[in-house]
Amino acid sequence: MTTNVQLNAEGKLKHFLTIDGLSRALLTEILDTAESFAAMAGNQVKKVPLLRGKTIVNLFFENSTRTRTTFELAAKRLSADVLNMNIATSSTSKGESLLDTIRNLEAMHVDMFVVRHALSGAAHFMAQNTAPHISVINAGDGQHAHPTQAMLDMFTIRQKKPDLSRLRVAIIGDILHSRVARSQILALNTLGVAEVRVIAPRTLLPAKVETLGVTVCHDLQAGLQDIDVIITLRLQKERMTSALLPSENEYYKCFGLTQSKLKLAKPDAIVMHPGPINRGVEIDSSVADGPQSVILQQVSNGIAVRMAVLSMAMQSTGETR
Amino acid sequence: MSKILIQGGQIIDPANQIDRLGVVAIAEGKVIAVTDKIPSNFTPDQIIDAKGQIVCPGFIDLSTRLREPGQSRKATFNSEVTAAASAGITTMCLQPDTQPVIDTPAVVELIKGLAEQCAYTNIYPIAALTQKLAGQELSAMLGLKQAGCIAVSNANQPIQNLLVLRRAMEYAASHDLLLMFRPQDLSLSNQGCVHEGAVSTRYGLPGIPEAAETIALAQCLELAELTGCRIHFSQISGWRSIIKIQQAKKYGLKVSADVAIHQLLLTEDDIEPFNSAYHVIPPFRSSRDRQALREAIANNIIEAICSDHQPHDIDAKLGAFPETEPGISALETLLPLMLKLVEKGVFSLSQGIAALTQRPAAIIRQPKGSLSVGTSADICVFDPHAVWQVNEQHWRSQGKNTPYWDQTMTGKVSHTIQNGSLIFSTTHSVRPNRRLLERSTNRT
Repeated sequence: MTTNVQLNAEGKLKHFLTIDGLSRALLTEILDTAESFAAMAGNQVKKVPLLRGKTIVNLFFENSTRTRTTFELAAKRLSADVLNMNIATSSTSKGESLLDTIRNLEAMHVDMFVVRHALSGAAHFMAQNTAPHISVINAGDGQHAHPTQAMLDMFTIRQKKPDLSRLRVAIIGDILHSRVARSQILALNTLGVAEVRVIAPRTLLPAKVETLGVTVCHDLQAGLQDIDVIITLRLQKERMTSALLPSENEYYKCFGLTQSKLKLAKPDAIVMHPGPINRGVEIDSSVADGPQSVILQQVSNGIAVRMAVLSMAMQSTGETR
Repeated sequence: MSKILIQGGQIIDPANQIDRLGVVAIAEGKVIAVTDKIPSNFTPDQIIDAKGQIVCPGFIDLSTRLREPGQSRKATFNSEVTAAASAGITTMCLQPDTQPVIDTPAVVELIKGLAEQCAYTNIYPIAALTQKLAGQELSAMLGLKQAGCIAVSNANQPIQNLLVLRRAMEYAASHDLLLMFRPQDLSLSNQGCVHEGAVSTRYGLPGIPEAAETIALAQCLELAELTGCRIHFSQISGWRSIIKIQQAKKYGLKVSADVAIHQLLLTEDDIEPFNSAYHVIPPFRSSRDRQALREAIANNIIEAICSDHQPHDIDAKLGAFPETEPGISALETLLPLMLKLVEKGVFSLSQGIAALTQRPAAIIRQPKGSLSVGTSADICVFDPHAVWQVNEQHWRSQGKNTPYWDQTMTGKVSHTIQNGSLIFSTTHSVRPNRRLLERSTNRT
């Protein structure tokens, strides 16, 4: 990556498309900003006027409940006006229509796009083709990146385990198709954890996955040794029909996180999941709802982290304007 | 037809092992002399001063798409032929995936007509291997050959199964037709858009493993052995493919191959994030693959370099990377990129020119690609040191889809002659006069 399209001339966050290329200082700034917003969650009045008069469009070309809702709440708590657009994608939908959608919304004087799209690179494409005063926040593009999810995960980890440099983090499951995992791995390495370990069968690991800065393990029991943070990923049903896995049952046996397997990790290990959960497939209910699980905290933290990202990006576009 | 004299240039003609200063005399559309001095009885109508320039056979491009008939929003014969002439390309082989597909003699006639209108004569259509390129039923190959097709190919379309391929190869062999085959197993490609490796993993882009190419290539080689069909592999991208081709040649199979020029320069690491100008199939692979491809050209294991020219309209490249159309508009960067490889020491200038002239001519068995006396005069004169920028001002192709946009190129064609006619010139035509002639005679 030669030039970072995400940053403005002063090196501030203008778009938030990927963790790739962002510094530890900037990621820490996002987490610190999120912390101040998180403190407000308990207040009677949860709103601040930071983005008053600004219009944010949630442009979702792919279905989402959690991400869209938390983005909407984050924007509303910053006093922005929010427009939600769910645009079902057809396989024939072309770049022209994506571009036309952007152009039309631009003509309505919006200030920011929060975009989710089924294709990798869609958020980059939007950032490169919008008017200069508009910010683009990636809410998940194909198998590429989901940077706000990764940052809310980092936020949650830091809450529980403030010294990141000593942490060993295991990510279990479908790394190949996961934009969440890619962003998490980049964020964890940028923030300087001791080890990121991916645990999955070969069919669910991308080629040369070790180039992302991870150690690779194909066995859950062995992989959980010395682990402080366990991240389980959602397993999509279509993985079974595309010959990547034999059955949900076998996957659960090998890679499903159960109470007994959890005991192999460090006793104070935390369990995370980006949701939505397949109970009894990648994780057992007793673990998901157990004392080591921080899954619901992740969801709450999502609002604070997204408030941080929205306000930072809007600030820097204000400066460039 | 006018008599042309090219004087003062360095003549490089790999087919005749010529690499020296001299003059080339052209009359009646043919090369009549390549010598030190102007032939005594030769009075040119036109003199090209090639001082400081290279004079070589015109380039032969084995894989080109001019988009007509059918897709004139992407490019037209007129725009692309102009681009080709300005790039020193005097012969183009057209892939059959036009609309309609080149699967009937009528489409061949239509293409010949378009070429005629543009006064660009050396257009060789490649016939579709299967009807409508659907990969199921054989095209009328013999009729297409008689209409002027120099080979058969299924372009980038898959062939339904190996039995169809076997029969198509047997049939092609019966009529001594060359099969041009771009190896890519569709199931293993799995809708990928970049090389499967560190870059596909980092950007979450679906990858195409190298095995998608080598497996298809290996199957085709087995069938070549079975059927005796002549095979030319188009746009090879992986190092393992090269090993297989080398082995096949050792065992005496009639096999040749080409590589797209950009594969010799770019790798997966050069892809700017999600920049669709780099979306090309086969994808840019690893530096190891690139190194092997370079050596294969230098060692003549892969004989030819082609442009794999695929001009696109703007919309085709506007979108998220995976949904954009693959391909590069590549005619006009062919020569400067070849020269860049010479400068890097990948191969000699003579080898580079051979890969664009003599060697592709041999593959399609045409009496072209040389300055041999008596052959039709297809000649390129270029200044190897001229610097220019890829931009609106200089670009002629309708397709502006190149990763080299705005970049500086070294090496520019000054004159292109096709069948004895000057089809491109950067200077105003020079009126012959006695003084100029004498001066050149004295110098030589």
